[in-house]
Formats: sequence, structure tokens, C-alpha cells
Amino acid sequence: MSTRRIAILVWALGLVAASTQSVAAHGLIGQRFFPATLAIDDPFVADELSLPTVLHIRTGGSDESPPTLQTDLSGELSKRLSPNLGLSLGGTYTFLDPIPGKSTSGFDNMEVSLKYVFWQNAEHETLLSAGASWEIGGTGSKKIGADSFDTVTPQFFFGKGFGDLPDAVDWLKPAALTGALGLAIPVRRLNKTFSLDDDGNVQTTHDLNPKTFNWGFSVQYNLQYLQSFVRDVGLPAPFNRMIPVVEFAMQTPIEGPHTGRTTGTINPGIIWFGRYMQLSVEAVIPANTMTGKNVGVLAQIHFYLDDIAPKIFTWTPFHGVLGPTQPQ
Amino acid sequence: MTLRALLPARLVPILLVSGALLATVAPAWAHVFPDHSEPRVGHVLDTPPPAVRIWFDGAIEPVFSTLRVEDAGKRRVDRNDARVDSSDRTLLEVSLPSLPPGRYQVFWSVVARDGHRTEGSFPFRVK
Repeated sequence: MSTRRIAILVWALGLVAASTQSVAAHGLIGQRFFPATLAIDDPFVADELSLPTVLHIRTGGSDESPPTLQTDLSGELSKRLSPNLGLSLGGTYTFLDPIPGKSTSGFDNMEVSLKYVFWQNAEHETLLSAGASWEIGGTGSKKIGADSFDTVTPQFFFGKGFGDLPDAVDWLKPAALTGALGLAIPVRRLNKTFSLDDDGNVQTTHDLNPKTFNWGFSVQYNLQYLQSFVRDVGLPAPFNRMIPVVEFAMQTPIEGPHTGRTTGTINPGIIWFGRYMQLSVEAVIPANTMTGKNVGVLAQIHFYLDDIAPKIFTWTPFHGVLGPTQPQ
Repeated sequence: MTLRALLPARLVPILLVSGALLATVAPAWAHVFPDHSEPRVGHVLDTPPPAVRIWFDGAIEPVFSTLRVEDAGKRRVDRNDARVDSSDRTLLEVSLPSLPPGRYQVFWSVVARDGHRTEGSFPFRVK
């Protein structure tokens, strides 16, 4: 048996072992459970670990670069500092395999995020939060195109479950919407490039690092919510803990030569959540031809640290041990 | 797309480690959620049920667990004797009088053995 097949077998066995545990509770508001989404950040603060998140996609070629197989391996650790304030630290290792060309790999820039939940309503399964992320320029490798400058992104998040809809449309009650809006502001406004012209004179060109509006949302349909709170349709495990989801992750430059040209991906997929972790897989479909033309795959293993070991992972500097995430 | 294309060789160690992690997550207490119930969530009954019973996916604390049933006018209709079964700590039940036809809503709130709290509600109807 090849090493690859053994790896698949170990992963599958792990999946089976984990599926003998039952439902988790994470990102709870009222009776609504919101999972961690893959392409956009979710609105909750929690003690959790995403390891790994794997993106594999073939990017289209251009005049300047050949088609390239890109594989990103990412990890993110999130920690509550208070019941409503959370800090996250994330990193990505990227492999680039040009076709043809020499493969290269390296770390992308580290990212630090702070998020604060400032409003929540359990009856209406609604949550609002705000925060900021800081991509630390120069911490990544130039080989894979990591920026040498910082980028700061103020962000706004929301989550809304539709359990408060009237009974006439109770099949829609398991649905939920989350969203994330942010303005990515590069700290360095212009990149200077020096070159020699035909006469040997030094030419300086300035390339704008544009501000970009990052916007995304997810549409979810929680089968556990359907089964437990709306109608028991007899779904067996593991389907009774699945959440079909579609994520939209978009970027729109608001200045520079590409102003208003939105790129992004549409990611349909499935999230399965257990008591201590969730497993997710999504297709990554370019939203338009400017984004690309190839479909990729995005997968994640996500651990609920506050459920795995609440006394260890929910300690906070000012509020002591918070305990597991509780319904609000 | 073939499996080989989806699974580059460099992902093999990642899969091995994550598979091992999945398999070794130690059982522990955490939030409990309903596994199934009588009456079943959202179902219509021909005859009034003598009780509401909810089986959870873990043991629950009797002192902090509550269960009540309300009619469409939000009046409580159960016998106010909600209890955790002494021989099955995953079962929460409450007795009912003979209910007239109508729509009813069950409200539950439970605490797992280590203090994790979960809550919810579900409807059923009597013809």
C-alpha cells in the first residue's frame, strides 16, 4: 500500500473516530450554532485552532507568469481575551509550481487580528462584531510574492440566523447568513521601481498599492437545526450534523487602474461539526474571468479548544477562566 | 480532477498528522444536544402524548435542567414535574395531561455534567 493511500486511510479512520462523538457547541447564540467558515472570517470570538486549512488551485497564466499550481497550508490560533474580545494569529506556507518552471515555496506574511462582539440578540439569533487585522509586511518570503509592507484592515462582521421566521416558512428557519466587510489599507502607498533607459539614465516608476474593499458573506443551512428545532426528518449520522454552505469572498479595488474591478470566488461546500471539532471542504470557483478559470479545493480541520479543554484554553488575563462558549 | 491531482505528495504528512489528531481527541464532557425526542420534532400526532421525552447525547445535571410545554396561547400545559430519569441520565421528561388538538411548543434547557449549558425549543401538533 502506498504512503499516500495509508495517509488517506489514517485520515478516514480519524474521521470515523471523531464522528462517534456527537454535536459540538461553538459560536452559539440562543439555540443557533454558527460554524467557523473557511473563506471569510466568522463573527464570533472563540478559543479555536484551524490546522490545517489547505487550498489547492491552478491559477491561470498571463503574459508575465505561467500557469501555476498553488498549494497553501494555513493555520490560525484564536484566543479570547475577555468574553467578547478575541485575538487571532495566522500564517500560511505557500507552494508554487509553475508549468513549466522551477517550484518555489515560502511563508506568506503573518497576520494578527483583533475582534470585539459589540451586539448580540439571542431571540433573533443575531450578532455584530468589529475588528481589525494587521498583515505584518516583511515576515513572509519575497519568493512567493509576500508584500514587504504592512496592510491594516478595519473590519465589520455580522451573523444572522433565521429561526425567528414565521412558522409558515419554517423550512427556512435552519438558514443563516454571515458576512465580513473590510477595507484593506496598505501602509506603503507607492512601490518605487528603478530601471535604466536606453541612454543609461535612471528611471523611477511608482506603482500604487491600492486600497481594496474586501467583502464576503456565507449562506448556510444547518441540518442539526432542522432536525432538533424545526422538524425531525430522520437524518442519520453524519448527515444530521452537516451544514451545506456557500461562501462568497470578494475583493474590489477602490483606487488605481483596476478600480471597481471585482474579483473573488464562490465556494459551495459542506461543514460537518462534532463535539470538539469540525471538518469542512469547499470547491473554489472563480466568480468571473478576471479571477481565473480553474476550480480549486479548500479544506479545513478546525478544533474547538474551549470544548476540548475548557480549563486550559479559556483562561483570560482579566476575566479568569471563561469556560466553554455558552448560548447568549 | 483525479485524486492524485487533489492530493499532492506534500499533503501526505499533513493528512497523517491530522488523522492521528482526529483519532486521539480524548472523550470528555462538553455541550449536550438533543439526540431524539417523543413526540418527534415538528410532527403531528393523532392522539395526545402522555409525556414529552428528550434523549440527549450526553448525561445532564438534574438540578439545572428544565423542560416545559406551552400551548399556542403561551400557557404552560405540562404537569410541572420535569425530571431526569434516574436510570438514564440522558433522558429528560415531563408529564402531560390529555391535550386538546392544537399546536404546542416544548422549551428545554440543560446543563452537561461539567457545566456546559445548551437550550432550545421545538413544536409538535395534536390533531
